[in-house]
Amino acid sequence: MSKLGLDFKKVERARVVARTIAGDVQEFVNRYTTVSVERTLCRLLGIDGADDRGAPLPNALVETIRERGLLREGILFFLGNAMIETGLTPPEIAERVARGELDVTLAAAQPAERIAAILRPHADAGIERILARRAKRERYLATIGEGAKPYLYVIVATGNIYEDAIQARAAARQGADIIAVIRTTGQSLLDYVPYGATTEGFGGTFATQENFRIMREALDEVSEEIGRYIRLCNYCSGLCMPEIAAMGALEGLDVMLNDALYGILFRDINMQRTLVDQFMSRVINGFAGVIINTGEDNYLTTADAVEQAHTVLASDLINEQLALLAGLPEEQMGLGHAFEIDPERENGFLFELAQAQMTREIFPRAPLKYMPPTKFMTGNIFRGHIQDALFNLVGIWTSQGIQLLGMPTEAIHTPFMSDRYLSIENARYIFNTLKNIGDEVEYKPGGIIRQRAREVLDNAAALLESIEREGLFTALEKGMFADVKRPRNGGKGLDGVTEKGARYYNPFVQRMLRAK
Amino acid sequence: MSGGLYSTEKNDFDRTLDLKKIKPYGDAMNDGKTQLSFTLPVPAGEEAIEAARQLMREMGFENPQVAYSKELTNGFTFFNCYGTCSHTVDFTAIRVPKVTSTRWEMRETDAFIKERIGRPIVVVGASTGTDAHTVGIDAIMNMKGFAGHYGLERYEMFDAHNMGSQVPNEEFVARAIALKADALLVSQTVTQRDVHVQNLAELVELLEAEGLRHKVILACGGPRVSHELAKELGYDAGFGMNTYADDVASFLAQELDRRINT
Repeated sequence: MSKLGLDFKKVERARVVARTIAGDVQEFVNRYTTVSVERTLCRLLGIDGADDRGAPLPNALVETIRERGLLREGILFFLGNAMIETGLTPPEIAERVARGELDVTLAAAQPAERIAAILRPHADAGIERILARRAKRERYLATIGEGAKPYLYVIVATGNIYEDAIQARAAARQGADIIAVIRTTGQSLLDYVPYGATTEGFGGTFATQENFRIMREALDEVSEEIGRYIRLCNYCSGLCMPEIAAMGALEGLDVMLNDALYGILFRDINMQRTLVDQFMSRVINGFAGVIINTGEDNYLTTADAVEQAHTVLASDLINEQLALLAGLPEEQMGLGHAFEIDPERENGFLFELAQAQMTREIFPRAPLKYMPPTKFMTGNIFRGHIQDALFNLVGIWTSQGIQLLGMPTEAIHTPFMSDRYLSIENARYIFNTLKNIGDEVEYKPGGIIRQRAREVLDNAAALLESIEREGLFTALEKGMFADVKRPRNGGKGLDGVTEKGARYYNPFVQRMLRAK
Repeated sequence: MSGGLYSTEKNDFDRTLDLKKIKPYGDAMNDGKTQLSFTLPVPAGEEAIEAARQLMREMGFENPQVAYSKELTNGFTFFNCYGTCSHTVDFTAIRVPKVTSTRWEMRETDAFIKERIGRPIVVVGASTGTDAHTVGIDAIMNMKGFAGHYGLERYEMFDAHNMGSQVPNEEFVARAIALKADALLVSQTVTQRDVHVQNLAELVELLEAEGLRHKVILACGGPRVSHELAKELGYDAGFGMNTYADDVASFLAQELDRRINT
């Protein structure tokens, strides 16, 4: 039953259109692979570490086949051949390749069955490790439990993983449910993942597997101490999207930003590259029980939040279908939206409420990710704190899943410890004092809120139909989202994309999808 | 609050405004009342409050009051404080370098360019270096603009090219050459460890190496950018907080006119 009087038949029609759009993308994705997908397979087989110049071993290995124009056959074909010929394990082979002692492309080609058989125990080990991590999270949730929704999501961004861990524990004790470690500026455009613990970053901390491990361990400790499971979030986006998914799955991350559309629009990453990468990353995230967050909220930082609200809904619907194709259940879809209407706008709050309630009703099982005001935050921290309070009010009222806490100093600096405290206090106060407001208040038939929701839904449905006619790639070229135009063959990372060859092999997608 | 609603402090200070000796204003001239907040890395308690008070005295506050304190996490205590500032500033002696152009509305600027320049001004803008934020450059360049101030794309007499974020300086300069840009706008939002300063300085060096520096109007902007900093770094202008597209547009039109017609 819709509190907004939404026409669910209209929603269903929009979903069907979104499914077609996603299906067309998937048809493309299935035929391609990328350097980062291949590096991901290396990581899932236990290849980690870096050579003496600091280059990650997965890069060293995949680079050798790319340089020779053999990427299309996939790294596992060559790795399998080399394992059969040398009797070495995948990590041993990668080390030798990095030292220039071995050329995997020279090993004799073996039949597909033999390659599958020799890789199998190593693939099993990776799969088992991810399952064990997932089970550990589920055990925690069953024993110590978790905070009520909306989960309070805060960021740490010191640049130093050890300092991040201190701040994260403090935030958890203050009431945070999800800690996101902001990545260092520019990491999304690196075509490799740095190795080891890091203590230097600009505006954030490098996402590395060791940093993931350090932070998850710190959060396990504090979770046990306070008797509430604290989730860890990082950024599975940019040129290394699927690798970060694999690293997160292996280290027990709980939430991942994971949205190709975001990378295309806001990081100018090539759309072919990142949509192929996204599929692999979402398969892994789905399998690992990781909640993904999508980035539609960002559209409203460049486009107008009133005029372009429907693009957020349209994109959420497409992202939902792309996620389903990758085996992600609705319960793991943190679809994004935001509170970004100009505070000077008359009745702007009513529009925010309409959008949030509509999004809730259209995706009833998804742990929706709700973004705080950013665009209209200023140096006036006092007004900012009120803007965040109104945002929190909408969050509890419309039962959002993940509340990214706004900070009063949003426009000034990365959060002080005290900023985070004030923000958590703000949210807890409002979530408690208005706990059941959503059950109590109805929306007037024919009123501003219901009309606004209907208008946004109608516009989203119309937009989806025009995207269906042209395809998602063309829609992105025309700037249908966020007022940003991106060419199909432009942007970063296109040179790492190739059509799959006849001997291409990747057992993980099937195994992870079948596990559902 | 410990002081109660009505202040019982001495209030025998001189209440006349002297611009040579200004100090903070709470609710009476020259009362010096200041509010500030900070966190100290100590556990909460009487000692922590005393530490905060002593620190405020070191900062030059008389009668320091801790209105609120709270231990944020083990060993870190947050304070909201009030004090009476003992320092003054000579307002009459202050000189701040400012962009000297007159701010016009969009139509005025367009009309001026039509008349004095006779062709659209070509502007290339970007958030350069590793900075991923587009909010600044978008506010100035996008059709929509920001807070009711239309961006350069909306102007008839600007040919505006917004390259977005994370644009390497080399690419930025290459595009400026290809488009025969009259003006370059650089936005810098991320300022941790002064990464913006290094990046802005690098662009100037690059333009000088290409022999382009004096062929273009070069301006930068961002929340931590001031006109003074911009001039120091070798820019023609800097646009900080609370400046909008009309400030930038007016400046570019007037500066280009000055260069061409005088």
